[in-house]
Amino acid sequence: MTAPKKRRNPLPAIAQAGPVSVWMVLFVTVPMLFIIYISFMSRGTFGGVEYTPTLTSYETLADVTYFAVILKSLQVAVVTTAVCLLLGYPFAYYIARKSADVASRLIMLLMIPLWTNSLMRLNAWMLLFQTNGPVNKALLALGIVQSPVKFIYTDALVLLGLITNFLPFAVLPMYSSIEKLQKAMLEASADLGATPATTFRKVTLPLTFPGIFSAIILTFIPALGTYTITDMLGGGKVLYIGNIIKNQFGTIRNWPLGAALSVLLLLITALLIFLYSRFAKIEDMEVL
Amino acid sequence: MKNKKLLRQRRNAFWSAMYAAVIYALFYIPVLVMIQFSFNDAKRNYSWEGFTTQWYGKLFSFGNHDLWESLVYSLVIAVAATVISVVVGVLGGIGLKKFEFRGKKFINLMLYVPIVVPEIVLAVSMLIIFMTVGIRLGMGTIVIGHCTFCIPYAVVTIKGRISGDNETLQEASMDLGANRVQTFWRVTIPSIMPGILSAAFLSFTLSIDDVIMSNMLASARQSTLPVLILSVNRTGITPDINALTTLMVLVMVAGMLVMSGLQRLRRKREAREMAEAEQRISTLRG
Repeated sequence: MTAPKKRRNPLPAIAQAGPVSVWMVLFVTVPMLFIIYISFMSRGTFGGVEYTPTLTSYETLADVTYFAVILKSLQVAVVTTAVCLLLGYPFAYYIARKSADVASRLIMLLMIPLWTNSLMRLNAWMLLFQTNGPVNKALLALGIVQSPVKFIYTDALVLLGLITNFLPFAVLPMYSSIEKLQKAMLEASADLGATPATTFRKVTLPLTFPGIFSAIILTFIPALGTYTITDMLGGGKVLYIGNIIKNQFGTIRNWPLGAALSVLLLLITALLIFLYSRFAKIEDMEVL
Repeated sequence: MKNKKLLRQRRNAFWSAMYAAVIYALFYIPVLVMIQFSFNDAKRNYSWEGFTTQWYGKLFSFGNHDLWESLVYSLVIAVAATVISVVVGVLGGIGLKKFEFRGKKFINLMLYVPIVVPEIVLAVSMLIIFMTVGIRLGMGTIVIGHCTFCIPYAVVTIKGRISGDNETLQEASMDLGANRVQTFWRVTIPSIMPGILSAAFLSFTLSIDDVIMSNMLASARQSTLPVLILSVNRTGITPDINALTTLMVLVMVAGMLVMSGLQRLRRKREAREMAEAEQRISTLRG
């Protein structure tokens, strides 16, 4: 696999590219292929897998209960992504227009909260939105509501958790593509008589599209697969695809069903990546 | 006319700064609340019951064994995952940039998989493999899991640091009689050092904060700090956990400040040396 074309001595190539290649094949390719294989197998009587091929798991996915969860997870992930783009783009634009020095400081300011334990940040939202918590107290004092609102363990609070959790990861790729945008382009557009709105629509938006699409991938897919945010803020009452997958490997022990749901997530991911590759080069995808 | 335009610009600048402040507030409010509740005078954090610093004292009397054990467990895993990821990632970043080989495209594609695929899918597929092959779950499997998503980030970071300059420097080094190994340690590695540091920092932060891999690939006996928090959350988080995570952020911020301070010093020194060298050259010429 590591036979070099240009150089005669294959040792440096093997020493350098070898470990990463072996690691990726062993711990990414093989498990991914195996989970696809398992999704077509039967469930063992006491959990685990019986190696007789069947489509049962995929038929179960079309079941009303599971289908409803899948649909709801998709909806929530779409809303999360849309809000992250709408809130994140102007914010990324604001940072990108600052001088390099200020911008790097503002980006640092964005990174610091990410060093805080993410579950504790989610827990903080929970504390703020408790039935007798500060948000409810403020709403009561202002007379907006007559009795405390029950926020905790609702989809709304989970959505807030999802948005605040993924917004930084939407901002970063959009920031780097806006930052690359050349000022001369915008000036040229203005000089040619375009209004700011037209310039934005016809120049800025298309040129920063790779960043926007990266942001979509980096928010939509993890939002679709999370179970920790729903666990922390939904109190086990709000279930998304991620929770269902996790449960198949915990208490319920239906591996093939968990595998089939995972394959579904893989397909959705592959579809998004395919769409991305139609618009921009995969290698240019901003992932950090 | 001009005044009006200036006024409008100022107003726009004001509102966009306000907007940015609101977004920053979204990021900082949870952090501040987390810190505030480390001073909460209550057994468990549900509502604010008054100010106390007792939790920091209790934390360092090491009464909460589970908490400290899980922190040590997390730290050991994070250090191991960071070291492995940086070594494999640096070698891989250099190798994938420098050499052409069959299957390179495939490996590059595989490197994107852990970045884009939902973590639960990766975790579950690794879990199935480990269970089927019969590998005992525990620290080893968690480290493997963390490395699998840290290595791609390390490779991307390192690749971004390697440019044409590095090739030229390496060739110069070899021309001057250094062998491959010497060139690697004395030229290649120092020239990508900032990339190595940021890859290490990123790997460490990803590993220490990871929940999903750490949860799925763990043995029933021992859990990392985030997994402990996830399970404690059901019964209510105790303020000593807030105290611990508060201290962890402070350490991270302090470490980052020291690192950027050192970098600034190094850049200053390099600039000075450069100026001195130029002066010497001009004196020689003069």
